Amino acid sequence: MAVKQLSVFIENQQGKLVEIMDALATNDISIRAISVADTTEFGILRLIVNRPNRAERVLKEHGFAASLTEVIGICVEDRPGTLRDALRILSDAKISVEYVYAFLNKEVNIAYIILRVEDNDTAQTALKAGGVRVLEGEDIN
Amino acid sequence: MIYNKEMETMSRADMEALQLERLKYIVRYCYDHVKLYHDRFDENGISPDKIKTLSDIQYIPPTTKDDMRDHYPFGLFAVPRKEVVRIHASSGTTGKPTVVGYTKNDLSMWSENMARLIAAAGVTEEDIAQICFGYGLFTGALGLHYGLERLGAAVVPSSSGNSEKQIMLMKDFGTTTLIATPTYALYLGELAKELGYTREDFRLRIGLFGSEGCTTELRAKIEENLGLFATDNYGMSELMGPGVSGECHLRCGLHINEDHFLAEIVDPQTLEAKGEGETGELVVTTLTKECLPLLRYRTRDLTRIVKTPCECGRTTARMDKVMGRSDDMLKIKGVNVFPSQIESVLMAFKEMSSHYMLYVRRENFTDNLEVQVELSDASLVDRYKALENLRSSIRAKLKTVLGIDAKVTLVQPKTIERFAGKAKRVVDLRNEKA
Repeated sequence: MAVKQLSVFIENQQGKLVEIMDALATNDISIRAISVADTTEFGILRLIVNRPNRAERVLKEHGFAASLTEVIGICVEDRPGTLRDALRILSDAKISVEYVYAFLNKEVNIAYIILRVEDNDTAQTALKAGGVRVLEGEDIN
Repeated sequence: MIYNKEMETMSRADMEALQLERLKYIVRYCYDHVKLYHDRFDENGISPDKIKTLSDIQYIPPTTKDDMRDHYPFGLFAVPRKEVVRIHASSGTTGKPTVVGYTKNDLSMWSENMARLIAAAGVTEEDIAQICFGYGLFTGALGLHYGLERLGAAVVPSSSGNSEKQIMLMKDFGTTTLIATPTYALYLGELAKELGYTREDFRLRIGLFGSEGCTTELRAKIEENLGLFATDNYGMSELMGPGVSGECHLRCGLHINEDHFLAEIVDPQTLEAKGEGETGELVVTTLTKECLPLLRYRTRDLTRIVKTPCECGRTTARMDKVMGRSDDMLKIKGVNVFPSQIESVLMAFKEMSSHYMLYVRRENFTDNLEVQVELSDASLVDRYKALENLRSSIRAKLKTVLGIDAKVTLVQPKTIERFAGKAKRVVDLRNEKA
């Protein structure tokens, strides 16, 4: 099972982000990673949370367009060159990355990287074959 | 079913003879009973006897909404107060409302006209009809109400609002016929779905939508959501209310109740008569109304009329769905734009809800149009590219249809206002209309 990412459509309006955070907080949902892609018209908020299905439901109930997609999460050691090595595996396999963001979890000296690619299965197989530790959904809680 | 075979299937020659006879009568009646017409005929040197043929109607100066405002409230009534039995008023978005009155005969004529259109849509005395138009001064609800009762259907006057209760009644009563504005019908469909109902929970079969325009595309969406067959009907409070014309089950134009309404199509600028099938402004003369007869009332609605017989058996002239109003038409960067054109484009995109708003602004002496649509397909939000593609394909389609560039803004689901009455989807923020 790959990692579930929650994407939320947000209008560029003051207070929207607070509204989302409030909905998640009052429903006891904890955020592991967050990334906002900004454009002039609207933004896309991407979240990794401890209870993705519940978070999706809560946000939909609050009137947000939200959906879950599976993304790849990998663990790399916190030292220069580890992300380069992982990405080179994908590059060699001709897999392009649409976006990427990183976060720290409870493991010491380990960085978690979220990758969005076209084909999760091919990418995961290539990464595993290259010795990269790929996250399972259960790793995030 | 044809409710009034005699009037609805009469030969063209007989109908025109009947119209001429009634026209002569009503022109004389107006001259004798309404000061405005008396003065206007005299000022223009026109005698009521000048009407010898139907086309002589062109000599009569048109009546406008301003005439009605100027004679607010009862100045155009042609009967003494004791004969007036009902007073309605239009929604009047600006200034004073337009007031209309009815005699007993007027109400009976109205019911008759409505019953014809309701029967033409396929409603019978077996049906249970829920009227979700707001009751009150507005003519829509009571017009349909009387017509449905005349036909013998069971009327549920649930009025507008309290939508959850509307849906409960619809299910529990086994409502078969829904009367609403298209926007409200759309909303009820959405809400029913949200509450967990499916089409099979209802027994709806016919929808009679009115009081605001509805494109074929929007109608198809409502039909699919609610599982019914919908027809359009047309009217306006000045002329009586709904009941001037309506579609039969074949939906190839709205049959005009020509024995009561004489319809012309004219050029909105020059007022010259347009030929059969040509688009122009609809001008209507009431042939039988007693309290508030109107000669050549300018509806501002743009449509066309054909007089060929319909396959349903009716011989009455048919008008097209109104394509826009000559005064609703937006002039953006010098281009004529009808909100209905925009609606047609938007309905083709399944990724959005059917609700939208149009904003027209003027910045740096240039007009611009913003179209706001609600994103409803959440699966697109993962990818910026998918959202941008949606936006640019809407924009490209609008440009093809309208000929101008519009800004398309995606907004969150359920943030655009749901209208229970007439939808107000156009906001013109320019200081003055071009």
